[in-house]
Amino acid sequence: MEHKDAKQIDAKGKDYRTLNKEIRESVNDGINYITVKNVLGHRFIADGIKNRTLRISIFGVAGGDLGAFMDGPTIYVRGNAEHAPGNTMSSGTIIVDGDAGDCVGHSMRGGKIFVKGSVGYRVGIHMKQFQERFPTIVIGGSAYSFLGEYMAGGIIVVLGQNCTKPVGSYVGTGIHGGTIYVAGVVDDNDLGVAASKKEFTDEDRDIVSALIDEYNHHFESSISIDELTFTKIQPSSKRPFSNLYTTEG
Amino acid sequence: MNSNFIPTKYDVYVDPQRCRLCERCVENCSYGVFRRDRDRILTFPSNCAVCHRCISFCPADAITISRRVVQYRQHPLWDEEAREDIYNQARTGKVILGGMGNAKYYPNIFDRLVLDACQITSPSIDPLREPMETRVYLGKKPKQLKVSGEGNDVCLKTQLTPNLMLETPIMVAHMSYGAVSLNTQLSFARAVRELGTYMGSGEGGLHKALYPYKDNIIVQVASGRFGVKPSYLNRAAAIEIKAGQGAKPGIGGHLPGEKVNADISKTRMMPEGTDAISPAPHHDIYSIEDLAQLVRALKEATNWEKPVFVKIAAVHNAAAVAAGIARADADAVVVDGFRGGTGAAPKVLRDNVGIPIEAAIASIDEKLRKQGIRNEISIIASGGMRNSSDLTKAIALGADAVYVGTAALVAMGCRVCGKCYTGLCPWGIATQREDLVSRLDPERGALQVQNLLTAWTHELKELMGAAGINSIESLRGNRDRLRGYLLDENILDVLDVKTVGA
Repeated sequence: MEHKDAKQIDAKGKDYRTLNKEIRESVNDGINYITVKNVLGHRFIADGIKNRTLRISIFGVAGGDLGAFMDGPTIYVRGNAEHAPGNTMSSGTIIVDGDAGDCVGHSMRGGKIFVKGSVGYRVGIHMKQFQERFPTIVIGGSAYSFLGEYMAGGIIVVLGQNCTKPVGSYVGTGIHGGTIYVAGVVDDNDLGVAASKKEFTDEDRDIVSALIDEYNHHFESSISIDELTFTKIQPSSKRPFSNLYTTEG
Repeated sequence: MNSNFIPTKYDVYVDPQRCRLCERCVENCSYGVFRRDRDRILTFPSNCAVCHRCISFCPADAITISRRVVQYRQHPLWDEEAREDIYNQARTGKVILGGMGNAKYYPNIFDRLVLDACQITSPSIDPLREPMETRVYLGKKPKQLKVSGEGNDVCLKTQLTPNLMLETPIMVAHMSYGAVSLNTQLSFARAVRELGTYMGSGEGGLHKALYPYKDNIIVQVASGRFGVKPSYLNRAAAIEIKAGQGAKPGIGGHLPGEKVNADISKTRMMPEGTDAISPAPHHDIYSIEDLAQLVRALKEATNWEKPVFVKIAAVHNAAAVAAGIARADADAVVVDGFRGGTGAAPKVLRDNVGIPIEAAIASIDEKLRKQGIRNEISIIASGGMRNSSDLTKAIALGADAVYVGTAALVAMGCRVCGKCYTGLCPWGIATQREDLVSRLDPERGALQVQNLLTAWTHELKELMGAAGINSIESLRGNRDRLRGYLLDENILDVLDVKTVGA
């Protein structure tokens, strides 16, 4: 990568504010390819950056809120990501070549997140879609409990590779929009309030297949949709909490 | 026959001698109380919300509304409300929803606090003739200043953090576009810009029409994260994380799908007709450390140029939480007392959860001072400030500034009828129905809010002047200038205020 608009930043010995300031200043200077080495839990990388051509490669463990509020950039993490990557992100792509922590894609409203391995609790919580903004999360391994809680739009795919149980309990609690696809069986007892299983149609198959192709491309894997059986989970209602109230006299 | 029948609460009477049959009442009432029937106006009082719209518009003064007393057997415990709530819930099996703030008769602490004045031994100040400083800076203040150089050639070495400058310590509280109409928000925006103070956006994104007022707007980030994007965060004077609300501590909110029309869906960035659900907690905040992460994430997203506030409900541990907030890099804690307003809240929470703002301000200020971190964070108090004396007392108890919500709505015509959740507000405030919204002229609304805040600021100066204080800085936390009248010893202790006569 010897472009004149490329830059390498060493995070070693820097706190997150110094590192992120350096990244922001590079972006303002017109740098489009940034490689950050020796990342050791530095938080907020690419937080709030609005730029559609920017690419950031991170070597190490990305800290919390990676790409929070971000609008456009592509981030490739060669390592794991901590708490809430893609928090409230508007658009862009985050690819994690490892595992990620809790709340991946919290309130995300656009863009894509690919995690090669597994993720923690409450992933995709309150994800929402709006017009052309449509968020997608693809998880190669398993997701823990409360996946897609309060989900209001977008797609979550769990491929369940190399694990005994693809999802934890309370899947889609309070879900009122969007779709969760899980490779494997989801026990009825693991479904949250307002979530229900729907038929996996040919149309769903096309959507998931395209996302698996993208996953394979990012991680040089060769997962085939033909080897997987998907459970599709959607809201039982767009208005899970209507009909709850009477009014004061 | 209905065993759960609740008698109609009001009588609406149109005096046929005075009535000119102009039908203004019919046009103006959005609740459907009036109907023209040949040469008279029929009334359906069970629909009446006592909003006074009809009375205000009747040119003949022909309408009277009165409490319709239907006598129950009197009982000190089983009062009307207790019985009627049971009839309601026995019929519906549902949670009772109410508008506006706490409607229970708790004793009001502000009403039992009196302010001091000077005479003879120390002079009072006349604010009409002498300078009186009401300017407030919200945000972190350095513990000490480091300078370099000597003589006249010195330069400041301490890095200062951004503060908000208010010309008066009164701001307009967060009310979202959705809960209130665009014309309501526009009225506030014009008023606060004129006065050099700020308004809150509420959680609902920022409508384009408000962009010109961005330098006077504090944008809110709540658990639903509606409308939150980089441009929203940057288009603001400050950012406020909403963790709690005084009217409904501990629960989230939801705007019913019926209210999510095309314009609101665009501003909130969510599909039309779906419920806008804000979960009870922020699911990326389960601890002070997590809060610090969100505060810093917001600061990173805005290049550390904006103050970040954290709003909490006044509950038992508010002081301990505020001390945590002060250590989470936040610039102000907003504490909302149990009398705070709302468009809709479950009655049981609205009336029974939380503590009075007076006690919350005093305990938070005390805790921060004891821990030596009062300079790290400003205190903004809200929740039921009815007049300039309430806010003066709030400042004397330790607040830096206050937010007023209900009072600003009342300034524009709100009658506190508490039917905000119906979306039928005949004053054009808590509604999205175009014909109703157009009843509120933002220019007039702005003028009325501006008038109110100007009058209160003047009264604040008068109260300060009477006490011989010429700067708001000297009033803040000056509890020595307060006395408790018939407050018990425990409360006096919490407020750190002496009794009258002492």
